[in-house]
Amino acid sequence: MLTRYGSLLFATGFAFLLFSLFIALPMGEPPTLAGQAILNEAANSVGAANIVTSVVLAYRGIDTLGELSILFAAATAVGLVLGGQARAPRPSKEDGAGGFILQTGVDLLFPLLLVVGFYIILHGHLTPGGGFQGGVVLAAALVLPVLARPEESPSPAALAWVEGLAGAAFIATGLAALAYDHAFLTPLLGAGQLGDLFSAGTLPLLYLAVGLKVGAELAKLLLRLAEEGPAA
Amino acid sequence: MSEFGLVALLVGALGLIAIGIAGLVLARNLFRLVLALAVAEAGANLLLVLAGFRQGASAPIIEGGSTLHQVAMVDPIPQAMVLTAIVIGVGVQALALALAVRAREAYGSLDMDQLRARMEADIIAAAGTAPTTSQEAPSGARPLPPPLPSPARIAAEEPSS
Amino acid sequence: MTALDLVILALVALLITGALAAMLLRNLLGAAVATALVSLGVSVFFVILRAPDVALTEAAVGAGLSGLLLALAARRLGLWRIEVQQSEEERQC
Repeated sequence: MLTRYGSLLFATGFAFLLFSLFIALPMGEPPTLAGQAILNEAANSVGAANIVTSVVLAYRGIDTLGELSILFAAATAVGLVLGGQARAPRPSKEDGAGGFILQTGVDLLFPLLLVVGFYIILHGHLTPGGGFQGGVVLAAALVLPVLARPEESPSPAALAWVEGLAGAAFIATGLAALAYDHAFLTPLLGAGQLGDLFSAGTLPLLYLAVGLKVGAELAKLLLRLAEEGPAA
Repeated sequence: MSEFGLVALLVGALGLIAIGIAGLVLARNLFRLVLALAVAEAGANLLLVLAGFRQGASAPIIEGGSTLHQVAMVDPIPQAMVLTAIVIGVGVQALALALAVRAREAYGSLDMDQLRARMEADIIAAAGTAPTTSQEAPSGARPLPPPLPSPARIAAEEPSS
Repeated sequence: MTALDLVILALVALLITGALAAMLLRNLLGAAVATALVSLGVSVFFVILRAPDVALTEAAVGAGLSGLLLALAARRLGLWRIEVQQSEEERQC
């Protein structure tokens, strides 16, 4: 009982501390100088209309690589924890094939979701969106057919290949910059015309690799959780 | 957006963080723990993006394909960081859920107290010793040591030995 | 007080209610849905704060994928029994 009141007191005090800290800052005026510098310079030096994309892939590219590694480690650990062998997801007994409406709806939605996912990925340097958001849409597109036809789920081995190749492509694109005497993950191929689809150098390629990797990884994760456990 | 709206947003973000932390500490169900983590994370992300907001600025996306007209934009760095944090958060959530699934398979419960009791029983059975400390009961409720021999018994036993 | 402020106030109330529901609902599947609702409200805030990238991510990940993840895990954890009476081990808080 004492622990409960103590922890409630702690949470309230923590919130009050953060509140008094943040209310002392000038509201609506970001205090960092780096952000303004990037805003002034990014459009010319990187060539991506979406400045968040240039921060994620050009200025902090190695952070994104680290993030991909964390996601990979998490997916691997989920596979490890939930029983080792990479078997095809075995549908549970009670949910067989979905009804007619579900099957037809999934058939209609699947290509549309793929198109939307790739659109979001490939326009990541022009409009809001990018590899992570589009990758999630791709994962949803890959998992959706499992609801309608559990026996036709994508094979984990194929997803693992896509994921591995996409990750290797990301690193290879980063390493290619070394050949031209640049730092790791420097965007190549020039900035191009701002606002064109083929602009911002290698950023769209990097985002494509990120999108495929995230999509395959999350789809594998979801399929792994969807399969019936031994004791469940 | 007025100053009032910004303060309301700040209160909302901090409320989410506080509720999430309180849930993390107080929840007894493993699944509820994962939910509390997600709520606290949403609040923290909102706080970070709020820190990079600039009054009357536009989104950090250049329109019209020209860099000539410079308009004020919000800080893109917190946004990029939060983008990273959200995706990592879902990976952490999946891992936590997988651990909860395994814990239920191994011990047949999601309740923290039952889990701890069963896990400690397992450890004791494996080590073959009794637990020396208890977090659950105050010291007075511990099993008492075997009673000392009473003075009368000592007096009675003295002559014989 | 402008119209935007009213929207923000309503959304903050929704967020706090959703977070409290996620912590207090006895039905754990309902609590997972409340968590997804919180994510959706936060993504609307990201739009208001001029962060469309983050809003898109939060809507896709927080409200969509994370909800799916929670629902699948709830099924494997045996929590997805709406009509069945809650068993002893699932009682909450």
